[in-house]
Amino acid sequence: MASTATAQQIKNLWKGGVSPFRASYGKLMMWFFLLSDALTFSGLLITYGLLRYSKPAYEGTRDAFVPSQEYWPIPEKIFDGMPFLHGISLPLVFVAIMTFVLILSSVTMVLAVEAGSRMDRQGVIKWMLWTIIGGIAFLGCQAWEWSHFITGSGKEGWGIMLQDGTLFTGANLHMNEYGPQLFADLFFFITGFHGTHVLSGVIINIIIFYQVSVGVMEKRGHYEMVEKVGLYWHFVDLVWVFVFTFFYLI
Amino acid sequence: MGLDEQSSVEVKPVDKSKVWLLVKVAIILAVITIAEFAIAYMAPESWKWFKITVFVSLTIVKAFYIVAEFMHLKYEVKALIWSILIPMIFVVWLLIALINEGGAIFHAIY
Repeated sequence: MASTATAQQIKNLWKGGVSPFRASYGKLMMWFFLLSDALTFSGLLITYGLLRYSKPAYEGTRDAFVPSQEYWPIPEKIFDGMPFLHGISLPLVFVAIMTFVLILSSVTMVLAVEAGSRMDRQGVIKWMLWTIIGGIAFLGCQAWEWSHFITGSGKEGWGIMLQDGTLFTGANLHMNEYGPQLFADLFFFITGFHGTHVLSGVIINIIIFYQVSVGVMEKRGHYEMVEKVGLYWHFVDLVWVFVFTFFYLI
Repeated sequence: MGLDEQSSVEVKPVDKSKVWLLVKVAIILAVITIAEFAIAYMAPESWKWFKITVFVSLTIVKAFYIVAEFMHLKYEVKALIWSILIPMIFVVWLLIALINEGGAIFHAIY
């Protein structure tokens, strides 16, 4: 880059003449931000690991599983609901669909970046729109997942009998029918923190989508901003890959 | 922005091989997710450690493809690649250390 730059460009290139890591300022800062964000998510997931292994594991068979405060639940028995199919046990199917939606939106994002590198405004508009739709679809799925988790599945023999004789189902930050309280707390914190990232990603995508549509990037002469929000969006997808494994599969 | 200004921007033709690479990565990610899902469903309950090992390694494979191809890290300079990867290696160490610690807490309580 530096070897082909004109004198005027060199002046602006981080003022030292050569850009560090041969990356632009904005992209490099996005990478550093993502690294610090990755450390935050690692902190949450490592906390999950620590707390999980400090509690007894469920010893019985999968079919005989009934949740109890005494042991950590097995996730495929907890997350087996599906919209419109109440009462049918479909372990992890809905979460797998959510994972697919997010991966697909990551693919459309990378196609938007590719179109941007060719200065193809129509392509960027098309693929960013699909990315935004994918993000919103994921958020909708997560909203369903949360409301299902909070209200409870209503399975027979599940729930906590309260002292006044009423049956508590579902979970909140004080009570949890699925297992130790920490399980529900970690569910809310980890998926909630990730969902917040998806939400802010969708909002940023919408802003950039608007700017692309009115021709801001064309005027600027490059689509680097799409690349930067693309980095953020892939990171959100990446985190979900880890949440899917450590929270739902293991 | 005027119309003639729009038409002055030259759209380069699609590089088919580049798009095909991205589609290939997408297919790999989809296949791995299906495989994980199938293993969670079908592997017997007693294969707990087998499952954990497979899930963690497949997750790392997926993470590699997302970071290397989608986030384009593979094509950055080596110094940047290492600046991102080395802190993450310390995270792996922290994960192992604290899961071990969790086991110690378990033995102290139960």
